Amino acid sequence: MNRDVAIAEPPASHNSPLDRALSILAHVILVLGGLAMVGPFVWMIHSSTLPTAEAYRYPPVLFPSYRAWENYERALTLVPFARFFLNSTIVAASITFAQLFTCSLGAFAFARMRFPGRDFLFLAYLATMMVPFEVTLIPSFIIIRELEWINTYQALIIPFVFSAYGTFLLRQFFMAVHRDLFDAARMDGAGFFEIYWRIFLPLAGPALAALGVFVFLNFWNSFFWPLVVTNSMDMRTVPIGLALFQGRDSVQWNLMMAATTISVIPTLIVFLAAQRYFVRGIMLSGIKG
Amino acid sequence: MSSPVPAPSEALLTGTNQRSTLFRRASVREALAAYCFLLPGFLPFLVFAVLPMVGGFSLSLLEWNLLQPWTFIGLANFRGLLADGEFWSAMRVSALFTLGVVPTGLVLALGLAVLLNGGRRGVVFYRTVYFLPVVTATVAVSMVWRWLLAGDLGLVNALLGVVGISGPAWLGDTTWALPAVIVTSVWKGLGYSMVLFLAGLQNIPQDYYDAAKLDGAGAWDRFRDVTLPLLSPTTFFVLVVSIISSLQVFDQVFVMTNGGPYRSTVTASYFIYETGFKLLNMGYASAAASVLFLVILVASIFQWKLQRRWVHYE
Repeated sequence: MNRDVAIAEPPASHNSPLDRALSILAHVILVLGGLAMVGPFVWMIHSSTLPTAEAYRYPPVLFPSYRAWENYERALTLVPFARFFLNSTIVAASITFAQLFTCSLGAFAFARMRFPGRDFLFLAYLATMMVPFEVTLIPSFIIIRELEWINTYQALIIPFVFSAYGTFLLRQFFMAVHRDLFDAARMDGAGFFEIYWRIFLPLAGPALAALGVFVFLNFWNSFFWPLVVTNSMDMRTVPIGLALFQGRDSVQWNLMMAATTISVIPTLIVFLAAQRYFVRGIMLSGIKG
Repeated sequence: MSSPVPAPSEALLTGTNQRSTLFRRASVREALAAYCFLLPGFLPFLVFAVLPMVGGFSLSLLEWNLLQPWTFIGLANFRGLLADGEFWSAMRVSALFTLGVVPTGLVLALGLAVLLNGGRRGVVFYRTVYFLPVVTATVAVSMVWRWLLAGDLGLVNALLGVVGISGPAWLGDTTWALPAVIVTSVWKGLGYSMVLFLAGLQNIPQDYYDAAKLDGAGAWDRFRDVTLPLLSPTTFFVLVVSIISSLQVFDQVFVMTNGGPYRSTVTASYFIYETGFKLLNMGYASAAASVLFLVILVASIFQWKLQRRWVHYE
């Protein structure tokens, strides 16, 4: 029997000119796309340094007579950014810590403990994820108003201490931890909290980091809820401050861009420092989803 | 002396006196411990997730402006919405927005992910770059694009002018305002979908491609018959998430157009915001929100049912 064609030959044209040309084309497209992503940011920074006399020229000035860095000083005085930064940081950090705490506790209970009502409660958690923000917005606002929490940190933080999404994500992670680890610890007489604190929580480090970065950035950038729930300058957060800056009729665009740049820098720093965790978190949620 | 009746001490441990042993049963201790674990998250869950959920639907049956006591009006709000041209306009705008953003974003993100997956050089760099808009606040992004799209001052029209096109007033033009917001939103969300697709692509075993090549399949055939089917779970996820978030768009509308010009960009969320917080018509706004929820629910169920047809699970 003729067995000389046991394994087919690999495709002959592995590095043909066509393949190389396509590869170059792919890179060109990726670079163009990258430029499109970064371009607006570059333009933002460029515009922020234009002197007011040259900011309104058309076509836009590419090489101004000097770089007006004083725009940043003016933007900082016109808008109380220091206060906004403080508020945003307090709010985002508090929510992040609170969620990591409550979600990991809840996820551990759902993943590894048995109790009546477990499945029902978990489904209830999931069900709340289905309901859009708009439905809960007005009743939440009314609840905040009844609690007399309007324009306070509590209003910005407490509603988000719990997260069905975070609980779901961490539960997936905890369920993937090998059963034996848990059983062995139980046989050694360890209590539930001890197992959670000493074994599962350290193991969940990467997942917690991913969730943490995600939550922090999400709430640092949040706009709709703080808009509705705060009404004085000393409680507003950065996105609100930025949006209200444009409230005046004649927007000074170079100052506006300076203000925008100021507001964007912290998120960029956090992202660049922690992007490994952030992207991993996105991918985790996508594959399981 | 043995008796058929259990000794008194045993009787105490069975039948009606089980309560004293209850706390010694491991399963009860476990349940109690579990409830303690759940407690920190449960209270906010009740007050800020369950209560508003119930409240949101209940409010839609009322007429209330927060200053005067509320009145129960049954389904009158919904009847009002059915007849409200502005509401239908808002729903239409949301639908158009979703139709504009989702397919465009999906195709572009998939294309970029495929390109990035094949290259393998600089994946991390590109991922970072494409993610910059994603992590930036929507408000900031909207502000930058407002400046870029300024009719007589912005870079976009300046660049168009270089190739001889006289650009419209974008955000000031009733025809072009919504497309402008769509482009901004696609730009912002591209990196997120791209990363999801990239993860999905990297999960496809090389064996499938090799087998296809052996069968003589060209690049396009491989894409259509190997990549797309095996990527379908990811595609499904991206599709569902994109649609749900597009139907709820708010920040860009608030910052870029405030619903204008001439209300051509008022989306469902913006309508709800206006009705509730500017007109203080809480019942009506809640009813509109309930309708939006219904739309999202129906869309999600529809997609869920449809996935059997085209999503391949391993």
